[in-house]
Amino acid sequence: MSTEALKSTAFGRARLHPLPLRVMHWINAVAVFIMVGSGWRIYNDDVLFGWLHFPDSLVIGKFAQYGLQWHFFGMWIFALNGLAYLTYGLFSGRFRQKLFPISPAEIQATVTDALRLRLSHEDLTVYNAVQKTLYLGVILVGILIVITGLCLWKPVQFSEVADLFGNFQTIRLIHFLCMSAIVAFVAVHVTLALLVPQSLVAMITGGPVLNEKHVGTAEGDVGAPAVGRNRSAAQTG
Amino acid sequence: MWGRRPSVETEAPHKRADPMRSLIRTPSLVRPRKSVDRTLLKERRALVEDFNRRGVLRGALTLGALTLLTGCDVSEEESVQRGLRAVSSWNDAVQAAIFRPDHLAPTFSPSQVVKPPRFNAYFDIEDLKPIDGTTWKLELTGLIEDKHPWTAEQIYQLPEQELIFRHICVEGWDYIGQWSGPNLRAFLTRIGADLTARYVYFICNDDFTESIDMPSALHPQSILATKYAGAPITDPFGYPLRLRTTVKLGYKNPKWIRAIEVTNTFRPTFWSKQGENWFAGI
Repeated sequence: MSTEALKSTAFGRARLHPLPLRVMHWINAVAVFIMVGSGWRIYNDDVLFGWLHFPDSLVIGKFAQYGLQWHFFGMWIFALNGLAYLTYGLFSGRFRQKLFPISPAEIQATVTDALRLRLSHEDLTVYNAVQKTLYLGVILVGILIVITGLCLWKPVQFSEVADLFGNFQTIRLIHFLCMSAIVAFVAVHVTLALLVPQSLVAMITGGPVLNEKHVGTAEGDVGAPAVGRNRSAAQTG
Repeated sequence: MWGRRPSVETEAPHKRADPMRSLIRTPSLVRPRKSVDRTLLKERRALVEDFNRRGVLRGALTLGALTLLTGCDVSEEESVQRGLRAVSSWNDAVQAAIFRPDHLAPTFSPSQVVKPPRFNAYFDIEDLKPIDGTTWKLELTGLIEDKHPWTAEQIYQLPEQELIFRHICVEGWDYIGQWSGPNLRAFLTRIGADLTARYVYFICNDDFTESIDMPSALHPQSILATKYAGAPITDPFGYPLRLRTTVKLGYKNPKWIRAIEVTNTFRPTFWSKQGENWFAGI
């Protein structure tokens, strides 16, 4: 492979949201929609809270068993796409770059700025401390909802894991609370994406091209970022 | 309240969301303590029965007739259903693959048992069609060497196995029950059933059918239950014979069994025809 090809590959990836990430984001959006809508249908069949019943107009699946069919179809999309996302985030270094470090002082400063309506949106490529916390939090909740979902689906086959959470109804409750957290996240996420439309556009087009300021700083690289990092590793190693 | 159909672990599609259900439950932080108002069930009993007698069949025929039309919403819904059922079949295969034949479900102490067991249906107990235990016989068909029918007395004399385990309904509720009766594997072995066959079918009262895969049937915690909490099971709960297994959802435990068939041929069952997952392992 020529150096030019390497460079162009590296350049193509050096956007705020690389193509694989955008694809996974929108697949996840569809999966969450299916899982929440069908989950509400399943919930309605035996409610956890007497005061809470989801309106038929908001649920997916005319009958409970159709809701279950949707849920056990959507679970494959949600889990496999989520697994791909976690693998990508861990191995591409994206999680490390975008989500860490998070300091409590920084969170406090961001919240103060937000309350004074002084948050900056000029640079979409750097997440503020609250964004980092919420993104990390929703990833962890996503993992927990899959694990509790597996325990509800197979409480006997996976009894070793299920027993860690408690009895069947407790697992249902945790699964439900995870759903509530995700729905709350989506509400905030979508609202802010609409308030700052360039962030929504970025998740479709890829967003701003990253310069050396954003990529490879850990290695002190200047210039062609991804290739440069490999070269740097080769030189030091 | 009390039901008469053998299809009782879950309700029919048009009634699934019906709040008129009994609320015998295990204690839970999140359960509503108060039961639902049951007077409505009494007042509307005639209507509910009418639904039962004609509603399901009529609904099925109408839907069947509508599929003959083209280009309408129904055909789209049908194709979506086909797709979802294909995924459901795939999930059957996945569940069979991850099934652990020797892994035992958690068991509990007699003090945790809910008495009587929860009955989940939408008909009054007076509509139940009890089986006469003195004339009843268990028929055996299919890949079985000794097809001699069994009387209730003969079955009740077989060695018993007791299981105190958590019943989990597809709807989301659960309770701890105490069931005993002959071990299914021991029974299948005794009658010379082909244990390498794929399915065990149960044909019940009212031509209700249910089937389970052979590995689940051979699981150490699968029994032909004849007793609950030490006493013979009563009519609403499947007298004289029903299946109890720890590795399936509630609706896969048929009551009022009339015949057992061992076969390699898959046939849809009462609930799977309505869109419920066939394997339904837990």
